Amino acid sequence: MGMTISEKILAAHAGKDSVKPGEIISARVDLVLANELSAAPAIEEFEKIKGARLFDPQKIVMVPDHFTPNKDIQSAKLAKQVREFAYAQGVLYYEVGRAGIEHVLLPEKGLVAPGDLVVGGDSHTCTYGAMGAFATGIGATDVAVTMALGEVWLKVPSTIKLVYRGHLRKWVSGKDLMIYTIGKLGVDGARYQALEFTGEIVSQLSMADRFTMANMAIEAGGKNGIFAADDKAVAYAKEAGVKSYQVYQSDPDAAYAQVVELDVTGVEPQVAFPHLPENARPISKVGDVPIDQVVIGSCTNGRLEDLRVAAEIFKGRKVHPRVRTIIIPGTQKIYLEALRERLIETFIEAGCAVSTPTCGPCLGGHMGILAEGERCVATTNRNFVGRMGHTKSEVYLAGPAVAAASAIAGRIAGPDDV
Amino acid sequence: MDKIRGRVWKFGKNVDTDVIIPGRYCNSIDYDELAKHCMEDIDPDFVRKMSSGDIIVADTNFGCGSSREVAPLAIKHAKVAAVVATSFARIFYRNSINVAVPIFESEDAWAGTDEGDELEIDPSTGEIRNVTKGRSFNSAPFPEFVQQIMSSGGLVGYAEARLAAQQ
Repeated sequence: MGMTISEKILAAHAGKDSVKPGEIISARVDLVLANELSAAPAIEEFEKIKGARLFDPQKIVMVPDHFTPNKDIQSAKLAKQVREFAYAQGVLYYEVGRAGIEHVLLPEKGLVAPGDLVVGGDSHTCTYGAMGAFATGIGATDVAVTMALGEVWLKVPSTIKLVYRGHLRKWVSGKDLMIYTIGKLGVDGARYQALEFTGEIVSQLSMADRFTMANMAIEAGGKNGIFAADDKAVAYAKEAGVKSYQVYQSDPDAAYAQVVELDVTGVEPQVAFPHLPENARPISKVGDVPIDQVVIGSCTNGRLEDLRVAAEIFKGRKVHPRVRTIIIPGTQKIYLEALRERLIETFIEAGCAVSTPTCGPCLGGHMGILAEGERCVATTNRNFVGRMGHTKSEVYLAGPAVAAASAIAGRIAGPDDV
Repeated sequence: MDKIRGRVWKFGKNVDTDVIIPGRYCNSIDYDELAKHCMEDIDPDFVRKMSSGDIIVADTNFGCGSSREVAPLAIKHAKVAAVVATSFARIFYRNSINVAVPIFESEDAWAGTDEGDELEIDPSTGEIRNVTKGRSFNSAPFPEFVQQIMSSGGLVGYAEARLAAQQ
């Protein structure tokens, strides 16, 4: 019996010829990640492990990004704890001003290679599946133990194969495809499973689109989302400085728990209504939804390609008088490139606020919290109750094109409506 | 492990970690402080209404969303004795085992239980008895490997044993 990409990567890291879904393995990791919210408790747990030292400081990366630049004394205390540990122990550490949102930053820095096994103290660690890596989120105690052992216990997931066919309409991005997919699967449709993205459409998607899709595998309950690394992914990795990598393909006789065929012809830009990412609607069925705020950024859609799409729509137009629009480039590098391409100028001329990289509003941290009754269109990944502020505020998830068009229209709108 | 007996607080499907412990509090790792906000965004009065030893019973996909370990920790420090759900999201499940929050996955306990009922759970057999209604439900046994973690006193204990074996 053949294996899927996910099974092959797990087998290779467990030192086995093959693994089967359901099997529990102990696997060697190539990289352990933590942000300040997971690193601080992980450090405390790590220090409780008798006789522990870091398995390899150069394979541990800490990125303060959730409440940074520190929003208050409490956040500053947490970030300080992480910084002091990182410097003392010599782990990879990226500071405000030289960093960005972890899941945008790590691939950009060449820290993730096709074929790697990456675990991280953040549920959106699954983003790196776009590069043909097996990547999954874990909690702080798991981070602590993995920092000590260099290995993690994992249950081998079964795989759902998603096959994307047909023709993509203009403005339909990876975000739209993923909201559409989660609408079909449901928020627990892939619980404990791997999502493997395949089909003729996949090769047309940019790396940015693939990162967006793999990022939201968790919103269907998935353990990981994965694409086979193709020439585009390998070129991306090499440009980021990756030296060694391993490309895996699923075997033709690999076993899948489910194969889902998705014909994307006719799929419109999508919006996920409150309060679950599965509440997908095509833009033509949204109705009249006035909005107060737009956020364009996050580990889901804070990449240069996303900002280009938004700028194309904002060019020569103005944000609606009753709307606040907050643009958050994912990393310092993206911010600088957006400046050089004059995208930032377009945003500011249109009346947008441009923020330094941070997770900020996505998790209701800071930089754009919603009051009772307010509505926001966000390119982020979750629209749970209270996610961006008050429990009676609402988050509508969309891609950058719909977000930008909505900012101009003052209500949820598609790019063809403005 | 002793039997767990407590009163039920019932929740629906897809209770996410943002309502279990909202992101705005997550810049703290003072777990007793976090416990004051446990379930706040789904029921602002939860912590005031509940008593030590009560049990949360929820439907499918409990704990979906963020990997924040403070979600099971807030539940633990609020002195909720156990969580019974039709199913759990995977990171929450894993985190609960790692920080020793008793969780039980049961296909039919949710449907057969009302808020305020009294449950008695035997962790050694996984039997969940609804004392109020006189009915019993089974819960899925933990995989052997997970039982090993539990018997090592949680993941930290497991890591120590593993480190000792490596040397």
